[in-house]
Amino acid sequence: MTATAMTIDEPAAPAAEKKPPAAPAPKLAVEKSVPATRRQRLGAGFTAALRRFLPPVLGLAAFVGVWALVSKSSPQLPGPSVVFHAAVTLFSDPFYRNGPNDQGIGWNILFSLERVGIGFGLAALIGIPAGFLIGRFKFLNDMTAPIISLLRPVSPLAWLPIGLLVFKAANPAAIWVIFISSIWPMIINTAVGVQRIPQDYLNVARVLNLPESKVFTKILFPAVLPYMMTGVRLSIGVAWLVIVAAEMLTGGVGLGFWVWDEWNNLKVENIIIAIFVVGVIGLLLEQILLLLARRFSYE
Amino acid sequence: MKKLVQIENVGMHFDTRNGRFVALRGIDLTVREGEFVSLIGHSGCGKSTLLNLIAGLTLPTAGVLICNGREVAGPGPERAVVFQNHSLLPWLTCFDNIYLAVERVFGAKEGKARLIARTHAALELVGLAQAEAKYPGEISGGMKQRVGIARALAMEPKILLLDEPFGALDALTRANLQDELMRITAATGATVVMVTHDVDEAVLLSDRVVMLTNGPAATIGEILRVDLPRPRDRLALAHDAGFQACRAALLEFLYQKQLRRAA
Repeated sequence: MTATAMTIDEPAAPAAEKKPPAAPAPKLAVEKSVPATRRQRLGAGFTAALRRFLPPVLGLAAFVGVWALVSKSSPQLPGPSVVFHAAVTLFSDPFYRNGPNDQGIGWNILFSLERVGIGFGLAALIGIPAGFLIGRFKFLNDMTAPIISLLRPVSPLAWLPIGLLVFKAANPAAIWVIFISSIWPMIINTAVGVQRIPQDYLNVARVLNLPESKVFTKILFPAVLPYMMTGVRLSIGVAWLVIVAAEMLTGGVGLGFWVWDEWNNLKVENIIIAIFVVGVIGLLLEQILLLLARRFSYE
Repeated sequence: MKKLVQIENVGMHFDTRNGRFVALRGIDLTVREGEFVSLIGHSGCGKSTLLNLIAGLTLPTAGVLICNGREVAGPGPERAVVFQNHSLLPWLTCFDNIYLAVERVFGAKEGKARLIARTHAALELVGLAQAEAKYPGEISGGMKQRVGIARALAMEPKILLLDEPFGALDALTRANLQDELMRITAATGATVVMVTHDVDEAVLLSDRVVMLTNGPAATIGEILRVDLPRPRDRLALAHDAGFQACRAALLEFLYQKQLRRAA
């Protein structure tokens, strides 16, 4: 969003710079048409930008307005200005350390991202190859289908006690929860991608008599990649969704723990900040993966 | 001329949920080296099934197919197929699509420079040397089909199998590619079996046209020998009595003897 905003603004800016020298030259009528078209072009760019960014800006403004109204009528809920000032102080020193339970917001974000990264990375490492195998071999598919459909709907946090029991530590248990809850979309989407490869492509492989390794690198993998990327995107969404809840229970440094800690401190404005931070980071992760997916899509 | 493909009493049936479906029965056909044979019939008569049997993509449930002295037990690069929907891999450039095939067939014996030269030669043959770096999504349907033909030809197959190669193209592009195919087969002496439902295309290109009866349980109805001299020119043939006679024979078979009942 912000990147496109800049590219649209850019052509408008130089045109605006050129306008002043043209305006104080009241010469011939012929020359007047030049600044006019320039102004028209500027105007067209401006309306396009307006049409594009006005609705989201209006939506956000309405949201903040409703929030301000609600906070006026219920004094426990901090309003937008209070939260904004709290955020300014919070983000002016994001990396301080006053002992294990009082660290800057930056550390909390980084620790949460690290847990998600490890848990999600392990899930991808196991889930994607598993998806390929399940998609390629019907026997394996039939074998794993009941397990997957049984375990997939389980709430992520239900896995936490098992993690605590096996790993005997909070941090690996949180990573375990991320792992187990984000592995399913990758397995399932990869497997579906393998099963949906057009028969034509496989016929090409058969006519050419390609060896299995070539079938994989030249046909299977590129054909499955878009499906796989969808799985990865869903997985990272789930992982980021789950991390806050998991950290609330396991403690340590992290956004989830921070939310719970601020609740105990009754600093509601910081909880609202945390909600925004979680949202923004989730949005960023999603956008990065969408960009990646677009890079790997064909036709 | 040497017999390249011998089809002996071949039948094909599929077991479906509604019982057995007999697609083909009692097919006997011989294709000689350098011959251009077309398979024509109404849609659903099993002509593509017969082509897939020659390709080895499916195996017959009765009879035998022999290609180049050996029984067909599966697909192989000596029987190159051009599929109706071109089947180019969308993530590879035109060059890489062909190179994949060339590398597979000649990679064991020849160096990389030779393989690249072969790929370029194939692209040149179909007039697409300038499009080698393009992806299939960036070129027209006719160009895609040309790349498909180039890929098949680059493998130097014993026989070229074309499954309605121009079916998805507009009439002008189709005529263009038919002329090009005639030029290429004349230059390379390729043996071709082509599935088509276009009477003019069949007569123009073929040495023999094999007419299939309506399915189910389709079989060969008649075989028409097209004894028109080559090279053939579509404009000159438009008023040629021999061409018209062949055309009439095919039309008579398709629309009098084998007219689809209330299709």
